[in-house]
Amino acid sequence: MGKKAADRHPILWLGAIVLLFLTLFPFAWVVRTSVTPHDQIFSAPGALWPAEATWTNYGRVLGLITGADAVKLGGSGQKIEFVRALCNSIIVCTVITAVQTLACAMAAYAFARLRFWGRNGLFLIYLSALMVPGIVMIIPNFILVKEAGLLNTFLGIMAPTLLMTPFAVFFLRQFFLSINKELEEAAFLDGAGKVRTFVQLILPISQTALATLALSTFIAGWNDYLWPLLVGKDPDVRLLNVAMGIFRSQTPQGVPDWGGLMAGTLISIVPLIILFALFGKKIVNSISFSGFR
Amino acid sequence: MSGAAATRRRRNVKELFVGLGFLLPSLFGFLLFFAYPTVRGLFISFTDWDLLTPAKFIGIDNYTALFADSAYWNSLWVTVQYVFWNIPAQTVLALAIAMMMNKLTKTGFLKGAFLIPWLIPNVIVAMLWLWLLDPSVGYLDEVVKAMGLPPLGFLANADTAMPLVAWINIWKWMGYNALILYAGLQGIPKEINEAAVIDGANGWKEFTKITLPMLRPVLAFILVTTIIGSFQIYDTVAIATRGGPVDATWVMNFYLFKYAFQEYHMGYATAGSMVLFALLFVVGLVQMRMMRAGEAD
Repeated sequence: MGKKAADRHPILWLGAIVLLFLTLFPFAWVVRTSVTPHDQIFSAPGALWPAEATWTNYGRVLGLITGADAVKLGGSGQKIEFVRALCNSIIVCTVITAVQTLACAMAAYAFARLRFWGRNGLFLIYLSALMVPGIVMIIPNFILVKEAGLLNTFLGIMAPTLLMTPFAVFFLRQFFLSINKELEEAAFLDGAGKVRTFVQLILPISQTALATLALSTFIAGWNDYLWPLLVGKDPDVRLLNVAMGIFRSQTPQGVPDWGGLMAGTLISIVPLIILFALFGKKIVNSISFSGFR
Repeated sequence: MSGAAATRRRRNVKELFVGLGFLLPSLFGFLLFFAYPTVRGLFISFTDWDLLTPAKFIGIDNYTALFADSAYWNSLWVTVQYVFWNIPAQTVLALAIAMMMNKLTKTGFLKGAFLIPWLIPNVIVAMLWLWLLDPSVGYLDEVVKAMGLPPLGFLANADTAMPLVAWINIWKWMGYNALILYAGLQGIPKEINEAAVIDGANGWKEFTKITLPMLRPVLAFILVTTIIGSFQIYDTVAIATRGGPVDATWVMNFYLFKYAFQEYHMGYATAGSMVLFALLFVVGLVQMRMMRAGEAD
């Protein structure tokens, strides 16, 4: 002790600085590009900051500049309903998070605390779904959603993960198992039934675990691309990732609208950075947990 | 005696109903969107079905056609290449970052900074690197030019496209896996490391003789999940290379996706997904076996 950490681990520090630079530099470059006028992106590709920074890329992405003006500024002239997609993503991810967390908490409580025939067998069957690759379920799920007439609806987009994921049930079951049983027995002696115990005792004391799970559910929803791409291509229900994919494919060949794409990228990242700033510690904890499943 | 038994039975029945009530929403979701599609997929894989006309049972024809298609084998080969570019580098970098988190600073700064890429959706991550790696005006091309090297082409070059797709995913995931490994490092009793230092072990020896063996279960967990995840890569390829150049990044999910959602050969595509399922099942089993063999010694 007494020595500074830098003196003890010079090589580790050097490595950390290099890796931190690799991790963070791309974000700086996104910011730089998003405020660079279209022509300067191509005339001064190596400049660390544009000669004249501009907000027009954001204006174009947010639909404040349309048609011919947008084309002049390097866009495709097609309407980008980015705000709409942003709202759609927020709605869909919030509903999935709320419903899935509650439904999985109920299931987890049943698996952790209630005694009934077939409990452990059913739990194992739930867990076994973790082994099935996504594409195996995506094709039949697409057919099912199509048959149900739910293509291009929010319900269709949310359906597969709305009520449960095996991981959520597993995560909360582990947590409920760690709750002191005497607390519940006391509540039980006071005449509370299982339902009341769950609502008035278990849910409130599990706030931290529930919030942690809710965050990772939200992030997973925000990350999802393949399923919303299949089920929700209509402009009305497009989620942010789908809108970005379409934006990328519409951008003029040869001279892509990098300024607009990076402005869109930054707008997509901001909600996550806000979440992270508010709840970073919980997110870190949830990841540390997943190593022990 | 019989009264007590009857009471118990009544209580058991009641508990069963309460339990079912708690399970109902998740059970509905599980049966409809996890169990049913898996079973149904197996049935569909034995049919010829374009979603417009009724499905026709054709036995194992889809599977024989699949095994006869060189494009299928190529997509499997491309996917395996991706796994080999991705996994070793990602694991080593994650381990290095975990050591940094453990030794350098206990504040949340390193953890937070390295985790940011993981928060960003695959699509956005791919877009960001697509721009950095743009062969004519991307920043890395400027760096290459400044060093006086010939243009590399990056994602447009069949030789570098796959390693770069792997790098994009490494960039996204290394901090996340580092955090899991860091949690594993916290689980190693301090006394063991201290004893080793007193016995004269230097940093490297301490790392290879104590840290690595103690981390084995967590490392095994990470390898199982990342390898199985890697076989299912889609998003990054869809945005960054669209399977190209030529077939250099035409991964398995791209192949299946094409047959399912562009050509509507549902039976053929599900047959392909079932083979992938079987393959990953075997990969998982082999890894578990190796993990257990490791525990024995």
